[in-house]
Amino acid sequence: MVELWNDYLWPLIWIVIKILVIVVPVLIAVAYLTYAERKVIGAMHRRKGPNVVGPFGLLQPFADGAKLFLKETVIPSSANRAIFLVAPMLTFFLALIAWAVIPFGEGLVLADINVGVLYLFAISSLGVYGILMAGWASNSKYAFLGSLRSAAQMVSYEVSMGFVIITVLLCVGSLNLTDIVEAQRGMWFVIPLLPMAVVFFISTLAETNRHPFDLPEAEAELVAGYNVEYSAMTFALFFLGEYANMILMCGMTTILFLGGWLPPFDIAPFNWLPGPVWFIIKICALLFIYIWVRAAFPRYRYDQLMRLGWKVFLPISLIAVVVVSGFLVAFDMVPAAG
Amino acid sequence: MSYIDRHIRAFLLTELLQGMWKVFTYMFKPCVTLNYPYEKGPLSPRFRGEHALRRYPNGEERCIACKLCEAVCPAQAITIEAEPRDDNSRRTTRYDIDMTKCIFCGFCEEACPVDAIVEGPNFEYATETREELMYDKQKLLDNGARWELEIAERLRQDAPYR
Repeated sequence: MVELWNDYLWPLIWIVIKILVIVVPVLIAVAYLTYAERKVIGAMHRRKGPNVVGPFGLLQPFADGAKLFLKETVIPSSANRAIFLVAPMLTFFLALIAWAVIPFGEGLVLADINVGVLYLFAISSLGVYGILMAGWASNSKYAFLGSLRSAAQMVSYEVSMGFVIITVLLCVGSLNLTDIVEAQRGMWFVIPLLPMAVVFFISTLAETNRHPFDLPEAEAELVAGYNVEYSAMTFALFFLGEYANMILMCGMTTILFLGGWLPPFDIAPFNWLPGPVWFIIKICALLFIYIWVRAAFPRYRYDQLMRLGWKVFLPISLIAVVVVSGFLVAFDMVPAAG
Repeated sequence: MSYIDRHIRAFLLTELLQGMWKVFTYMFKPCVTLNYPYEKGPLSPRFRGEHALRRYPNGEERCIACKLCEAVCPAQAITIEAEPRDDNSRRTTRYDIDMTKCIFCGFCEEACPVDAIVEGPNFEYATETREELMYDKQKLLDNGARWELEIAERLRQDAPYR
């Protein structure tokens, strides 16, 4: 009995506790990200944003959540029921499992796997399936067009994102996310690889279907894109998944370019704050830029979006791979194989 | 030259960053909106809101059942029935306004010879059912009692222009 407890039950319970410690704050962060978005965009539009529910409207996300939870889930009669219901779950689920490999601090990671970057990249690519399934199963032209756009857009921008990640990996010599952060102890990669960081950031905007690349849900022509037929909890799952993905992408940018949990300078006032706090501060700063971009720019046209992905970002990132690897070889700075 | 200039600006994102900076400065400017249910904008004395039937200061109904409002109403939202009261004065027995039909043109108010039917300043009378918007005489008289002070002031302000 003691053996069963020690060898099986306790490790299982322990891992569930660790998962909950990650997932619950992520979901709360998603709730408050929607609030922050409404408040910040409101301020930028010179209006107030939510301010009625609770002090400063701080309980608004929970009111919205309760509303979505209590409403009726409408399933269109022509929809493919099973796929229609699985799609939002898949989106939500994929947005959460990616957090398993994110290092929040030194050693603070659920699964410290060697191919962390590949895992993250694979999971974020799988995200497109949720949207495709939703668009197809809804059996509605708007949803279908939205999901097609979304798929094309995510695939296009993943190519240049892949090359940007390769430039970072060339400088690190490892695919482990902890190693990538450790390699930035001297200097964050955002300084030597600034153009790549910008390309990566803009690609993550496209990858998460955010403004100015939110064509999949362009409300002016596609009503709401792939989630037009969704209501109540199924819609909420899409929404949560999308915002969790945003936070995840900011986390990925932080790890690859902004030195993860490392303080900006390893001297007295900066290294008093623990690593996870720095990590969260950096993610918040990036999320603020996401919201800021949404308030500032109009939506791209679809051909402009494709042009930017294939004719601008892809050549730039390809050239960058050649230049960075050439530089590393020429100055004999190739990192030792991990 | 302009070709190079254009491409340098595109690659350095200068125009995008300028736009973002502009938006950022706007974030710290004061709001231009009203905090609606707690703050309200000014209303003209001619504002045409919810209807009310007024009374004379001695409590007598103003309406004499001339049915001019019923006749002028372009949406035919008003229904009036009348018969002489015990003291032989002509008064309405029924005065209904279907608020779902009303188009708030204000003709009833203009047609009225005794300033009985008026459109008051109230525009916040949303209801949960359609039936509640079928106003009867009692409801209109209650409105009159409730809004009389404001209605009288508005009529006084607008009088020079009538």
